[in-house]
Amino acid sequence: MTLRRPPAGTHPPNDSPGYRSTTFRHPKEPLVIIPQTLSEITGPAYPYGRIEVTDNDLTVQHAGEPLGERIIVQGQVLDEDGRPIPNTLVEIWQANAAGRYTHRVDSHPAPLDPNFSGAGRTLTDAEGRYRFVTIKPGAYPWLNHDNAWRPAHIHFSLFGTSFLSRLITQMYFPGDPLFPYDPIMNSIPDERARQRLIANFDLNVTRPEWALGYTFDIVLRGSNATPMET
Amino acid sequence: MSGLTPFQTLGPFFDFGLVIPDGDVVAKPESSGRHVLIEGTIRDGNGDALSDALIEIWQANAEGKYRHVADHQERPLDPAFHGFGRVATSAQGEFTFKTVVPGRVPGANGKLQAPHLAVGVLARGVLTRLVTRLYFEDEPSNAEDEILSLVPAKRRSTLIARRIEPDRYRFDIILQGLGETVFFDV
Repeated sequence: MTLRRPPAGTHPPNDSPGYRSTTFRHPKEPLVIIPQTLSEITGPAYPYGRIEVTDNDLTVQHAGEPLGERIIVQGQVLDEDGRPIPNTLVEIWQANAAGRYTHRVDSHPAPLDPNFSGAGRTLTDAEGRYRFVTIKPGAYPWLNHDNAWRPAHIHFSLFGTSFLSRLITQMYFPGDPLFPYDPIMNSIPDERARQRLIANFDLNVTRPEWALGYTFDIVLRGSNATPMET
Repeated sequence: MSGLTPFQTLGPFFDFGLVIPDGDVVAKPESSGRHVLIEGTIRDGNGDALSDALIEIWQANAEGKYRHVADHQERPLDPAFHGFGRVATSAQGEFTFKTVVPGRVPGANGKLQAPHLAVGVLARGVLTRLVTRLYFEDEPSNAEDEILSLVPAKRRSTLIARRIEPDRYRFDIILQGLGETVFFDV
């Protein structure tokens, strides 16, 4: 069993001049094409010894409630054939409602929130579903170009079933006016692939008088094997 | 068929979310095999160290067995060995892993590969994960390794960790320019 090669235009080229930090960080030599071996089709599924029950609720990790707009983000992790990926680790990290990360290097003059760290993790269930409760992150400025601002986003990290299904990505919120100006989001050549990073507002996930709900499904590399019809 | 979700960069502010306790300990002291320390520095095309990179490794145990359902080989698992490592680089761009030299695992052509680690490189300014491999300098089987043979001879040394002490190897990663590490499309 091997994994399908990603369709052209789905992943961003590492040489993406609009995103200035890629300038000296992309390989100039061509990638060497190699076959997939046991080393690539296996991979770490579950690198943590333990996940705490509060790890998927970023609003209860401190003594008080964090400031900002409480939200629910949930979705399903699938492969390219639509098969759910159960029991796989989903990690997220993000800025707080003011657009500030709890990171020593973040110099954005926006307040930290003592009740919000901004990191979470969970395992998908038997149907590949995950769910987080968090605070909607704020937009924040960066130094890529004049008056540069990142659209609000949540970082996601997933393992899937093999070393090759590993994914690091960012989830965006529908209708953000910053999309046309963001070189990171726009580094993805295929417009349809780019749209897949925008979560859907979902009234069915929204909990009355408590929190807005968003769905964000994530599709990881699938195998070349023809799926069994049942 | 569902559309693949695209990659995006880690950005610079990931360590509070992704750094895990003992992420550098791939093999615990009680794991069987030859214990080694792997150390290296990651640099960009200017020669500047990356203080905001995340290096991940995946490897078989000393018997050449992966802890994974797709490994059907009749070889023993080691209860003290899982095979995954994850380390954020220091302010000086350095990383270290404590592990054991893996056994030889079959390649796509059915022949055994030389001992190696699968390596993933993530960083600010890296939009899609870069994938490479680490081989060990003093392994005679490197000469017959299927994957190494696909790499232009003059670039193979970028994949080979140098043995700087009996149980210590050096593996530097260069993202661009002179001595650029070989990265794979796989």
